[in-house]
Amino acid sequence: MITFADQLLVLVLLINFISLGTSRLMFSIRAVAAQGVILGVLPGLIHPFSWHLVGITAGIIAIKGLIIPLLLNRAVRSAEIKREVEPYLGYVPTLLLGALFTALSFGFASKLPLLAEHQNYMFVPASIATLMAGFLILTTRRKAISQVIGYLVLENGIFIFGLLLADAMPLMVEAGALLDLLVGTFVMGIVINHISREFSSLDTSRLTSLKEE
Amino acid sequence: MYSALQEVCDPAIVAIIAALFIGSAGIPGLFLRPGPGQMIATITTVLAALAGLPAALALLFAHSTSTFVLAWNLPFGSCELAIDPLSAFFLLPIFLVAAAGSLFSLGYWPAADHRATERGLTFFYGLLASSMAILVMARNGVFFLMVWEVMALSAYFLLVTEHEREDVRRAGIVYLIATHTGSAALYVYFSLLACQTGSFLLPAAGSLSALPTVALVIAMAAFAGFGAKAGIMPLHIWLPSAHANAPSHVSAMMSGVMLKMGLYGIFRTLTFFHDPPLLWGGFLTVAGITSALLGIAFAVAQRDLKRLLACSSIENIGIVTTGLGVALLGISSHNAPLAYLGMAGALLHIVNHSLFKPLLFLGSGVIIHASGTREMNLMGGLGKYMPRTALLFLVGTIAICGIPPLNGFVSEFLLYLGFFAQLQATSMTYLVLLAPLLALVGGLAAIAFTKLYSSVFLGTARSQGAAHPHEAPLTMLLPMGIFALLCLLIGLAPQLGQRLVAPALAAFMPEVALTVYPAEYGVILGRLFLLSMLLLLAAIMVTLFWRWRLRQADVATASTWGCGYQRATARMEYTATAFSELAVSVFNGIIRQRVERPALTGIFPAAARCADLPTETVLERIIVPLFNIAGLSFAFLRRLQHGQMHVYMLYIFVTLFILMLWAH
Repeated sequence: MITFADQLLVLVLLINFISLGTSRLMFSIRAVAAQGVILGVLPGLIHPFSWHLVGITAGIIAIKGLIIPLLLNRAVRSAEIKREVEPYLGYVPTLLLGALFTALSFGFASKLPLLAEHQNYMFVPASIATLMAGFLILTTRRKAISQVIGYLVLENGIFIFGLLLADAMPLMVEAGALLDLLVGTFVMGIVINHISREFSSLDTSRLTSLKEE
Repeated sequence: MYSALQEVCDPAIVAIIAALFIGSAGIPGLFLRPGPGQMIATITTVLAALAGLPAALALLFAHSTSTFVLAWNLPFGSCELAIDPLSAFFLLPIFLVAAAGSLFSLGYWPAADHRATERGLTFFYGLLASSMAILVMARNGVFFLMVWEVMALSAYFLLVTEHEREDVRRAGIVYLIATHTGSAALYVYFSLLACQTGSFLLPAAGSLSALPTVALVIAMAAFAGFGAKAGIMPLHIWLPSAHANAPSHVSAMMSGVMLKMGLYGIFRTLTFFHDPPLLWGGFLTVAGITSALLGIAFAVAQRDLKRLLACSSIENIGIVTTGLGVALLGISSHNAPLAYLGMAGALLHIVNHSLFKPLLFLGSGVIIHASGTREMNLMGGLGKYMPRTALLFLVGTIAICGIPPLNGFVSEFLLYLGFFAQLQATSMTYLVLLAPLLALVGGLAAIAFTKLYSSVFLGTARSQGAAHPHEAPLTMLLPMGIFALLCLLIGLAPQLGQRLVAPALAAFMPEVALTVYPAEYGVILGRLFLLSMLLLLAAIMVTLFWRWRLRQADVATASTWGCGYQRATARMEYTATAFSELAVSVFNGIIRQRVERPALTGIFPAAARCADLPTETVLERIIVPLFNIAGLSFAFLRRLQHGQMHVYMLYIFVTLFILMLWAH
């Protein structure tokens, strides 16, 4: 089962590259939704069956795979933007940087003082690589919706790391983390709405006019 | 009686519960319509204080320490709460002023007229009082800092109650910067203490040596942190504007109690060390007498009623600090009478100041209600319309000037005794020179408060707003009356004051408390009691005689201070500024009162304006220029804040990356 989990993690890494490399927002959202569904399945693969686990899986798939993507879709439709036109950094350099960071994260993870049973799996490097990809999206994209996507990818990276601890993690902590994510998305949604109303665009670079003189 | 009381209920628990009740008094109001919430808060606060005051008194005279351990999961050691006589001593003014101010707010800040602000005001008022009560019990450095922050921030929110006004917001900012600079010093202080003792628990009395350099650093950090809260010069910059712009019962709380929390910190710090060097006492004495002198000099120059009171708070804190410094000098040089008198004077002055200053601030609230302004030059003649307020205010002014038979005299008398005792001492005879300085302070205080009282209550109204005021309601007069009675009580029976400070003093320096001096000076205070009685009797006799004479003769009415002129107008009266101008001109080097005088030309000069503005010398001449220089020299840092969201993200990203590399 662990090897299957590793293969799913490879898929997660590939989805990172999709969201790094695509300019179409809808596609990006669907990719992140797929990533969420995979993450929802993962705990079932590495831990023995329990109702607790079923609850977690259902919750994650519902929130990460359905609710948040739906919310984002609606935002994209109401703001009438389809593409991230002018990112701060082009798609090819972003992809290259993503590849570099993924490689680095594998190197970094091998040096971390991990428990023996976590040593050989891809959880830690995949987690760090996803986190980095999230950061890359956050820093290189201009549109507020892309930033939300970056935030989601970042959160997914943290979630993968948390999977290692799922046994020790009480339900409340997970519920808290999921709630946190949901609230974060809501807040971003509201922020997006206000940005587009104030500046009639979702370009976060317009926000410089809010800076204190 | 105390033991019987303790059998029924532990006073320490009563005190803690009372503090918690006061803290939560404002919570129901947050969910109710404005009116009943304020009433609930006041009733809760008054009842809690009525339970807390006897409990604090019982704890004060119990000569023991009650310790509790709060169960918390934070990694800073166990969180101890303890009430020793020193804590209990500081609990007294907290409960008293909290209840009085809460009662006063019913008339001063009624929910019906202040729908938008009343809830927040009531809530944070309770929080401020409660945090101060818990503060004096806290024995864990980290917990202390937490409660300290709660106190500082709730005071900020109280201060900016009328935040729609520009000057209030400015006062709030200055306060916030000052208090957090002080907090920064306290972080240093508690960290160093923890390094010394190995835990965040505050060290036991006399457990640290004052000799190593680190002890000096700890003492300096404590002075900077606690001194900024207490308002010792030159750390007082926030004080005048903050006290002036807060609602009056909040000013009473801040001046009467919150400043004392800074003093409590200094007192508490000094208990940690045995054998403090002479330098510490000397430093505190110099800082104290400077604060006293400059504070009252600034007070004389003010024309804003509440600013004057605030500056006089700096003076009173200065007097307390002087007493403390002198006591330390006495301890260092093994001069028991000096140590006893300095410490007793300082502690008693803390009690006294927390009685007469809230009285005056509450009185200023009544005055502002009646006249609609804080500007003394626009008031006048209020005494005719509100005789009860005038009488109570008069008691406060006499007390604060240190005139017998009121309480201010008793504590200053103890200090004078200490100074004059140095005439016969073998060393440090020069401390006698503090006596004329303190006398100068007293004299200037008399000028400042004569100016205040006469320009507000006497004469005729100088503006339309002050023309037809009305007497304050009972909820406002009652708290003032209680303070005035307590002032009179300590003034008439100074031995009571001496007994009140004895336990706290014994906790501070047990070896001195056991000597013959308390009894010896008790006898002197007993004579003072006779003298006060005589004075009071004489005052009553003179009043009766005057009444009797008044009934005998025909009474003619003329305009006040008309000086025999036929058509005297209010414009011809001496204004408050005019009254104090001579005294201010003596201190012109420090105060720098700016007077804009019109140039008079020709035989019949045209109408012109004359205006005066006292300067906040330390703030405007030193601190603000320093901030400007800092702002200019660090301007390049502002480039980091450019509004580019993704670059902000990049900052986080880069930091994370560096940390990951560092880990290897």
